[in-house]
Amino acid sequence: MHSSDLIVIGAGPAGMAAAATAASLGLDVLILDEQPRPGGQIYRDVTRAAPARGHILGADFADGLPLVQGLESERISHVFGATVWKIDPDGQVAYSVNGRGAVAQGARVLLATGALERPMPIPGWTLPGVMTAGAAQILLKQSGVLPRRAVLAGSGPLLYLIASQMVRAGTPPLALVETQSRADFLSSLRYLPGALRGWRYLLKGARMLTEIRRAGVPRHSAATGLRIEGDSHATALCFTAGGKTHRIACDTVLLHHGVVPNTQAARSLGIAHHWDTRQQCFTPQVDDWGGTSLQHILIAGDGAGIGGAAVAEIWGRLAALRAACDLGGITLAQRDAQAAPLHRRRASELAARPFLDTAYPPCGDALLPADSTIVCRCEEVTAGDIRRFARMGCKGPNQAKAFGRAGMGPCQGRYCGLTVSALLARENGASLDDTGYYRIRPPLKPITLGELAAMEDMADAAE
Amino acid sequence: MNDASPFLELSPDSTPRVTVRFDGRDYRLPEGANLAAALLAAGLRSLRDTPVSGAPRGPFCMMGACYDCLVQIDGITRQACMVEVSDGLIVTRAHADKGA
Amino acid sequence: MQADYAIIGGGVVGLSIAWGLLKKGRSVLVLDGDDGSYRASRGNFGLVWVQSKGLSQPAYARWSQKSAAAWADFAADLAESTGRDLSLVQQGGLDYHIDEEAFDKKVKSYEKLRDELDGNYPFEVLGHNALKGEEPNIGPKVVGAILHHQDGHVNPLRLLKALSDDVRRMGGKVCTGVTVTDVDKPSSFRITCTDGATHEAGKVVLSAGLGGIALGPKLGFQAPMRPQRGQVLVTEKLPKLMNRPSGIIRQVDEGGVQIGDSKEEVGYDDSVTIDTTAHIAARAATVFPDLARAQIVRAWGALRILSPDGLPIYQESPEMSGAYLVTCHSGITLAAAHARYLTDWLEGNDAAPDLEVFSERRFAVS
Repeated sequence: MHSSDLIVIGAGPAGMAAAATAASLGLDVLILDEQPRPGGQIYRDVTRAAPARGHILGADFADGLPLVQGLESERISHVFGATVWKIDPDGQVAYSVNGRGAVAQGARVLLATGALERPMPIPGWTLPGVMTAGAAQILLKQSGVLPRRAVLAGSGPLLYLIASQMVRAGTPPLALVETQSRADFLSSLRYLPGALRGWRYLLKGARMLTEIRRAGVPRHSAATGLRIEGDSHATALCFTAGGKTHRIACDTVLLHHGVVPNTQAARSLGIAHHWDTRQQCFTPQVDDWGGTSLQHILIAGDGAGIGGAAVAEIWGRLAALRAACDLGGITLAQRDAQAAPLHRRRASELAARPFLDTAYPPCGDALLPADSTIVCRCEEVTAGDIRRFARMGCKGPNQAKAFGRAGMGPCQGRYCGLTVSALLARENGASLDDTGYYRIRPPLKPITLGELAAMEDMADAAE
Repeated sequence: MNDASPFLELSPDSTPRVTVRFDGRDYRLPEGANLAAALLAAGLRSLRDTPVSGAPRGPFCMMGACYDCLVQIDGITRQACMVEVSDGLIVTRAHADKGA
Repeated sequence: MQADYAIIGGGVVGLSIAWGLLKKGRSVLVLDGDDGSYRASRGNFGLVWVQSKGLSQPAYARWSQKSAAAWADFAADLAESTGRDLSLVQQGGLDYHIDEEAFDKKVKSYEKLRDELDGNYPFEVLGHNALKGEEPNIGPKVVGAILHHQDGHVNPLRLLKALSDDVRRMGGKVCTGVTVTDVDKPSSFRITCTDGATHEAGKVVLSAGLGGIALGPKLGFQAPMRPQRGQVLVTEKLPKLMNRPSGIIRQVDEGGVQIGDSKEEVGYDDSVTIDTTAHIAARAATVFPDLARAQIVRAWGALRILSPDGLPIYQESPEMSGAYLVTCHSGITLAAAHARYLTDWLEGNDAAPDLEVFSERRFAVS
């Protein structure tokens, strides 16, 4: 069994920064990441993509390059293509590489598992041709593949980023259909002073919007009643905006209304989570360093609370300082001295968040979808089913799961969990905290029975 | 290069092509590319039918989380977005014969 | 408003009883726990099973047989009123063996029980080749199996939902998210819950599974149950791989293959462990080698509710007449008996089955 001071799960900005910092402080680090190359989703395949497509992806994308370079340390071992499927509170991590099981032991384990797109269940969202906006970004970064006739729908700055990248690549989107309203913008103004501290984000947004406008991409705002048409694949996006109904024929619909922490790993460890009303998601309970209620487990980056790539990177460094101090590599005074500027930078990077979160709230129709809309993509369970289970006494998602299989499929609730909890909370007149979330168990991702069975021989051989 | 595909490849000639069989048909895909991305670029929209209702599904999240791009390789169900293209890869639609 | 019966525990055991009482025209209040309660009704294996039950107590074998025989009618009744099929299949079940010696021993114990049951214990012993005819996908290491014709399986979650649905439809009152803290009997029964609410009832049935351990003594029961962990794996949905269920592997109607079942004395720890799941995975791959390529989509640990001898407990309180303890580890198999016959015992009418052998007096220290 591989043994190290720090096991980092996920090689995005938080994980890469944490690994580099920890190694510089003398810790032996093992990085386990699902992808074949480091970067996470935000810097997906950055070492290959930045030289090839940097002009399209924009300057921020290259921020990932020094992070990847930071991994070149003798103290860092990196296992690519590793799917972590079980984490124990004592720091033992089981993972799978090319269909073979392995176990590693860490004195500390950092969960740097990032974010997921917030599920956006609208009619037709399961059709081929409908993808998350993040998926389109990944296609562009890693593969240089772009949809020719796409509509972007939902809310949030990521839509502007993708739209502007598509403009630069010469395939502008057919339309940008935004769900946020003028009222959302007005209520966000009270956060403007904070946002001005994070003025760089606002400036970037303004520049992207200018690019999109110049390319002549039609923009609709305060859109409601979004639905996707098509039989075997998406053929159009329909919606209402400005008092009129619209139908935009297309081949691809890209959905986005924010990202949420990927909490599967933290949940499987039984770490408490709380509902964040402003960000409309559950976040794990962590301290300023990413420390959790479990001594061996730390969480950093978007998986601990959405802050974006720059915050994730800082957070990763803070968690590494904490781990190094816990393990005796540095003193408390050294830790705090190195951390002070990081804490300040993180606060400054987060300054624009309340403004952005309020100006670009999730699409209401997709938070509490109509009865006929599928919410659990895997088991094809509708919002109406979930409401019916609430009327049958289901107070929380685990009983609803037993009644109707929502969350039982291979994605294990990643794309229905928030919706199911929200629907139950609304029907029962309960809070999201009281309603709770699916109980997540290993395997965090499916593994073959043969692989698991082979771990019996491994255990026997060790005896 | 596939003009009929809903997807455009920015630099189709940057990587040598290899043959991948999907559902009995051969495709020339970039070696080492992400399989889901390469199949989309080759014009495929759906990669499987669900075992629940038989509805067609295609890649959705491209990051290994949604399990909608499931295919079968060597009799094992895998996520196309987590597989790299290699010469001679034989891929079949997942769940084509599954479900009651 | 006073109900005829208050049922503490709204799992399959409590709801089966509530359903049966409603059919008899009684008014029923069911008090059920929260979303995170230990729930054997959610974690069980879904067998309607006769073989191996009651090897040292034929009365338990008879009771299981009586329930298995009542299941088809019970399922049809539920399906008719809820419009949902429970996927009950009772075409026999298999007990696979990979060790000749254990196989022989098991067969001998079944033969002995068959004599005690006057021959009503229809099983066949199948060697590898005969078994291959029944289950073509078995592996070479399987030496044989016992095919018992009274065994079967059902979709246990659909049973839970159907009961939950039908109890409400028939006018039963079901309160969920409720934890009972105390029961006393000033005149009628008074049940106090954590939310401060109190409920009154003429009779009380304690069917709260492991929750009965703490509540039992307040009603005058010993309630000597303990948790025993069983870990279960479920594969992705697969084409039909097997024809009959077994105690360790079954293919559910939705296509997934369920694999169990460990028996672990670990208290209230219901976590999933690598050692145990690897072991049950290896055993499953020995029986059905094709399973090795299947993806395991979910795994869980569930807690059985076991009495010291593993048999059910049916007990009226010696201190509070009208209070009953009902607990068992085979709530699915026994659901039909609980719905159809146990209710006569609760009512104390002439049709009541003789359940003396399941009294908790059997555990009294002599």
